[in-house]
Amino acid sequence: MEPIISFRDYSFRYRSQKEPTLKNINLDIYPGEKILIAGQSGSGKSTLAHCMNALIPCSFAGDVSGTLKVAGADPAAEGVFGMSKTVGTVLQDTDGQFIGLTVAEDIAFALENDAVPQDELIKKVQAAAQTVEMTEYLDKSPAELSGGQKQRVSLGGVMVDDVKILLFDEPLANLDPATGKNTISLMEGIMHKKDVTVVIIEHRLEDVLYEHVDRVIVMGEGEIVADMKPDDLLCSDILIKHGIREPLYVTALKHAGCTIRPEDRPDHIDHFNTEPYKEKLKEWFSAMPRKERVKSTEEVLKVKNLTFSYDDTRTVLKDVSFTVNKGEVIALVGKNGAGKSTLASLICGFYKPDAGDIYLNGSDISVLSIAERGERIGYVMQSPNQMISKPMISEEVGLGLTVRNVPEEEVTERVNDTLRICGLYPYRNWPVGALSFGQKKRVSIASILVMKPDILIMDEPTAGQDYAHYTEIMEFIKDLRDRMDLTIIMITHDMHLMLEYTDRALVLCDGQLLTDSTPAEVLSDDKISERAYLKKTSLYDLSVKCDIYPPTDFIDRFISYERSHRGEGGAHV
Amino acid sequence: MSKMISYELKDTPIHKLTGFTKLFFFLIWCITSALTFDTRVLAVMLLIGVTIFIISKTKWKQVSGVFKAVMFFMVVNLTCIFLFAPEQGCLIYDSRTVLFHIAGRYYVTAEQLFYEMNVMMKYFTVIPSVFVFIVTTDPSEFASSLNGVGVPYTISYAVAISLRYIPDIQDEFHKIKNAQEARGIEMSRKASVLSRIKSTASIIFPLLFISMDRINVVSNAMELRGFGKKKQRTWYRKRALSKADYSVIALSLFFCIASMIITYHDGNRFYNPFIG
Repeated sequence: MEPIISFRDYSFRYRSQKEPTLKNINLDIYPGEKILIAGQSGSGKSTLAHCMNALIPCSFAGDVSGTLKVAGADPAAEGVFGMSKTVGTVLQDTDGQFIGLTVAEDIAFALENDAVPQDELIKKVQAAAQTVEMTEYLDKSPAELSGGQKQRVSLGGVMVDDVKILLFDEPLANLDPATGKNTISLMEGIMHKKDVTVVIIEHRLEDVLYEHVDRVIVMGEGEIVADMKPDDLLCSDILIKHGIREPLYVTALKHAGCTIRPEDRPDHIDHFNTEPYKEKLKEWFSAMPRKERVKSTEEVLKVKNLTFSYDDTRTVLKDVSFTVNKGEVIALVGKNGAGKSTLASLICGFYKPDAGDIYLNGSDISVLSIAERGERIGYVMQSPNQMISKPMISEEVGLGLTVRNVPEEEVTERVNDTLRICGLYPYRNWPVGALSFGQKKRVSIASILVMKPDILIMDEPTAGQDYAHYTEIMEFIKDLRDRMDLTIIMITHDMHLMLEYTDRALVLCDGQLLTDSTPAEVLSDDKISERAYLKKTSLYDLSVKCDIYPPTDFIDRFISYERSHRGEGGAHV
Repeated sequence: MSKMISYELKDTPIHKLTGFTKLFFFLIWCITSALTFDTRVLAVMLLIGVTIFIISKTKWKQVSGVFKAVMFFMVVNLTCIFLFAPEQGCLIYDSRTVLFHIAGRYYVTAEQLFYEMNVMMKYFTVIPSVFVFIVTTDPSEFASSLNGVGVPYTISYAVAISLRYIPDIQDEFHKIKNAQEARGIEMSRKASVLSRIKSTASIIFPLLFISMDRINVVSNAMELRGFGKKKQRTWYRKRALSKADYSVIALSLFFCIASMIITYHDGNRFYNPFIG
C-alpha cells in the first residue's frame, strides 16, 4: 500500500532558530491508520504536524530539506489552503478556532471561503453537523457551548471538505476528563463511518489509548525516537526517558518490579491480561507501609451555606458548605460550568453571595474589600500572561506591596525573600519577557506570595503543560506549601494532579457540593466520577483486576510510593 | 457587569428585514435628522422612531446602559450650548422673548429653549434607530449584505468577527481586573483619577498580550480554512431582499425627500413659531 503521508530525510529549521527543530525525519503513515504522535514540549511534535497541513513552511518560515508527500502532493507547493482540502486540522484552542457567530456558520466557514453556492452549503452543513452530533445546536453561539461541543464544531468544520486526513493538535488539553474521553470515542466513531486517516498530537498517552491506536510515534529533540505499537511501547522504557507519562497501571506494575510483556496487551486496562503480574503486585502492595498524613485541625477557611446567582434566574451555587484546615491542599473539581470559578470568585470577593457566609481564621470576611481580601487570600490566574504587567521581574513581584504604600526598603527586602524562595533570585533584574513559561508561572505565584497570604487559590495551575513542566510546577508548589505553611486550593481538571498533590477533593456538580472526600475515594467511585465529568482512575481497575481490596488503599499506597520516590534514579523526569 | 448592547434573535417584522435594508434606512434616517431642524419633521421622526422601537420588541434592559451614557452626553451638550451661545436661539429665530435673567449675559429666552429642545429631539430621533439597528441585525447577515453592495468581503467580515470576539475580550477584561484588584490595585472610585489611569495599564497590558496570542490562533485557524484565498465568497446567512425590504427602502427614500422639501421650502432649515 502507498503511504498517505511520507517524510523522507526531512529536516526543518525555523528562521528565528539556530538549530533545526526537526532532524532527518523518516516516517510513513498509511491510509486508515490511527497514529499518535507523543513527545514533550519542544520535542518537535507540533512542528511535525504543521508540516502536514503546510503551515510550515507557508505561515512559519524556515529552511526545509528532504521531501514530504501528503496524499501524493507536496504541502509546500499546495499551500495552506490547498492542503486544507486533504488535511483537516483541529487546533488545541477550542475558543480561538471558533470563528463563526453560530455553530452553523462556523461549520460552513471553509465552504463559504470556497464560494460554494448557498443551497449546497446548507445541505453540507447539515451532513457535517450530523457526523459530529451537533444538529440540535446549529443556531447556538459559542458562548452557549461547552469546550467539548466547540471542539465538535471545529471537527465538523473540517469534515465539510471531504478530507482524507484528520489532524488533531493536542485535542485533550482544554477538556475535562470525561469530555476528553468522549472526544476520543467520537474520533473512533468517525473512523468507522468515513475513510480517514487520523493523526493525534498529544502527550496524554493514557487518555488517547482509551480507544485503539495503531502506532505511537515518540518524538524527542526533533527526532523520531520510537515508532511502534502501543503494546510494545508500554513494555519499554522509552516513554519515561522522554518525559511522557505512562498509563498509571503500567507505572504501578513497574514499581512492583514486573516486566510487562507485549503479548498480554497492556495498551488498555480492560483487555490487559494481568494474571502473570498479580502475585507480584499483591506482594508489593502488602509490603508497602500505609502512611497517614498528620492532619492539622486548625480551621483556616469556613464556607457556610453559600448561594449565588448571576442574574436571579440561574442559580450557580446552592447551599455550599465546607471547611479547610491549615496546610491542606484542596482540589476543587467538577465539569465546566459546575461553579468552580464562581466559588473561587466569591471567596476572593469578586462577587457578593446572595446568601451564606465566609469565615477566614474565624472571622467573617464579608466586610472586606477585594484588595483587603487579596492580602490574605491570594488568587493566581491560569496563565501568567493574564497577570504580568511590569517589564522587570522584581517590579512585578513587588507590585502588590508598592500599591499598598509599603516603604521601599521593606518592599525590596520582601521581594528578595520571595524571589529566593521561588528560585528566581538570580533573575531579579531580568525582563519578564526573557523567561520560560514555567518561570513566568513562578513569577506570577511569587507576586502573590510576597503579600504573605494565608490561602492561595490557583486556577488550573498546570493547564496545557506537558509532564515535565507539570512536575516542575507542582513540585514547586508542594515545596512552597511545606516551607511556608500555606493552605492551597486548586481548581483543576487534571486527575493526576488531584491524586498526586492534593489531600482532599471538593467535587462540585451543578452548583452543589457533591462530595468532600479524599481524591482516591472520588476517583474510585463510578457514580461521582460520572456526575462530575471526571474519569475513574485506571489504578482502581488494576486493583480490582488483581483482587486487591480496598482499591482506595491501593491508590493511596501507590501515590505515597510515587511521592517518596519522585526524583530518585530517573524514574521521573 | 454591564454588557454592551448586542444582537438578539426575536420574531418581529424588523428582524425579518435584511441587514442591507436596515443599514440603508439607518443611514437615510441619520442624514435626515442631521439636515433638518424642522420641529414638525423631528416630531414625526420621533413618533416613527418610538413605534419602530416598540415593534422590534427591544427590551429596555438591553439598551438602558448605553441610553444613560447617551443621555449624559446630551445633557453636557445642551449645557455647553447654553454656556457658550446663550443667544443662539434668538439669532436663529430672529426674535427675543426673555423669560428670566440668571446672571451677567445669561438670559433664559423662549427662543433658546425652543432651539435646545430641537437639539434634544434630534438626539431622541436617532437613539431608537441606533438601538434597533444594533439589536435586530444579525452581524454575519449584515456582513453578507455589505459584501452584496460591493464592500470587499475581507472588510465586511471584519465587522462580524469583531462582534464574535468582543464578548470574549470583555470576559477576559473582567477576569484580569478582578485578579489585579485582589493584588491591591484599586480600580474603584476610592482611588484618584490619575492613579486609576495608571492602574488601567496593569489590566490593559496583560489583556493586550493575551489578545495578541489569540489573534495569532484565530488568523491561523482562518487561513487553515481558506479565508482570503478566493476573490468571492458565499454566505451561509445571506438573504435575498424581499418585497418588505424594497418597500422599506422606497418608503425611507420618500420620507427623506418629503422631509427635505418640508424643511427647506422656505429656504431655512429651522421651523420658526416665533414669527407668524
